Amino acid sequence: MDHLRADFPILERKVNGKRLAYLDSSATTQKPNQVIDAIGDYYRRYNSNVHRGAHTLADEATTAYEGARTKVAEFIGASSSDELVFTRGTTSSINMIAYGWGLNRLHPGDRILLTVMEHHANVVPWQLIAKHTGAELVYLELTDDFRVDLSTLDSVVDERLKIISVSGMSNVTGAFGPVAELVEAARRVGAIVIVDAAQSVPHLPTDVTAIGADFLAFSAHKMLGPTGIGALWGRREILEKMEPAEGGGEMITDVRLYESKWAPIPHKFEAGTPPIAQAVGFGAAVDYLDKVGMSEVRKHEIEITQYALDRLADVPDLTLVGPTDIAVRGGTVSFELGDVHPHDVATILDQEGVAVRAGHHCAKPLMRYLDVPATARASFYLYTVKEDIDQMVAGLHRAREIFGLV
Amino acid sequence: MALEELYREVILDHYRNPRHKGSLTHAHFHAEGQNPSCGDEFSLDLVIEDGVLVEVATQGQGCSISQASGSMMADAIKGKTVDEVKAITSKFKLMMSIEEGENPVDPARPGAVLGDLEALQGVRKFPVRIKCADLPWATLADALDGAQTAS
Repeated sequence: MDHLRADFPILERKVNGKRLAYLDSSATTQKPNQVIDAIGDYYRRYNSNVHRGAHTLADEATTAYEGARTKVAEFIGASSSDELVFTRGTTSSINMIAYGWGLNRLHPGDRILLTVMEHHANVVPWQLIAKHTGAELVYLELTDDFRVDLSTLDSVVDERLKIISVSGMSNVTGAFGPVAELVEAARRVGAIVIVDAAQSVPHLPTDVTAIGADFLAFSAHKMLGPTGIGALWGRREILEKMEPAEGGGEMITDVRLYESKWAPIPHKFEAGTPPIAQAVGFGAAVDYLDKVGMSEVRKHEIEITQYALDRLADVPDLTLVGPTDIAVRGGTVSFELGDVHPHDVATILDQEGVAVRAGHHCAKPLMRYLDVPATARASFYLYTVKEDIDQMVAGLHRAREIFGLV
Repeated sequence: MALEELYREVILDHYRNPRHKGSLTHAHFHAEGQNPSCGDEFSLDLVIEDGVLVEVATQGQGCSISQASGSMMADAIKGKTVDEVKAITSKFKLMMSIEEGENPVDPARPGAVLGDLEALQGVRKFPVRIKCADLPWATLADALDGAQTAS
């Protein structure tokens, strides 16, 4: 994979005089030239609004926009590109389901099942919907090895359960969510299952038909694409029943003074001018990942994550916040370093050219549950090399030195 | 090296051994501050008698910079009048470039103007961390606003 690094111009830059070791890919990934150029090319050569245009540029832009939809749909194994809605990102995808499906179908006493490891994007929309509808939120907790505890699952699976929404992979601990088990449980009572796949689609081969969930939400910028665009895949029959959460141009077939008719899926969920350049970039990103191969991406991340776990295990005072078994986790590694606060760890690492994230990672319920105020988090992708990990470990030793832990 | 300037011994000492830690059940004024972006927290209890901060107690959770700043602040304001505290706050904010103006600290006489707090000057080289140092002071301003409204 080392040869891919040449495609990422930002990796050549220096930070604070040091080689950049970018270990914050769970927050956003770096972009290869292929994506940057595709976006530039769109603006330079065929920038135009999509749909309904009779001129050449509009036709080219529409073809590129819809072509990107097909690429992204195929990337996750969708049976049809109609089932793939472009959104602003994972957060807006989940809100779209919450407001388009949850708001209209939940009643007082109905239940929404989440886990304590969810990102705020998969918590707060459901709190809002629960407030609007009188539905209640129920949570699965974690086992000692940071995995979702399924021992209480049966007690919450009954006819009151309408929605299960679970992360495919935690953005804090790196643990995979128990998607298959939850899909099976949902089938017993007719609940729908949503996968917050923001962290899983970028890192694991994904086949929505095999997963068996009803919705999958993810973001382009966490998989080499630009910010400002993401996707919501939904099962056709559910998308057809789901109400649009936003109204406006592009999403209608007819508008009268007091009522309108929605466009067919997926366009009824895409009100207003869509993020066209971003869609083009998203398409280029999945082209890139397809070329590398997602099983190769996963293979590389297993190797680099195992290397990181081994090296971190040798750092005194360091506590891993996440599972140690590589089979049940991805390349997002959270840790604490003695009494050195994660922000201080991040500042010291930054001086060494190492970019990690520190804080609650938009998962405050999880941090409270684990009783840690914050963690430092290193996260990897296909361009991460062992040298990046070594640089981080050296920085961690420096942090121990500065804080007198040596 | 900037890191040594940032993490001065005195800062780590205040971080690990915060002064005036706790809460006051009989506090006249209480305020809580947070930096939502990073999760740092700081709370402050004050007893003010005849315009003097006779008792100060703080609690917090967060990075060394925010917590050391809070501990040093508590040291600096205890026993001072509200007006003196406002003057200290103003000097602190000038020193940290939170407010524009000349840095009141005299390099020839370290500690003469703001005592231990002067150790926080190294934070200025780390602009993203200035908000950490400011958290206790923003909380103090809230508490004093409460005091002003009450009087």
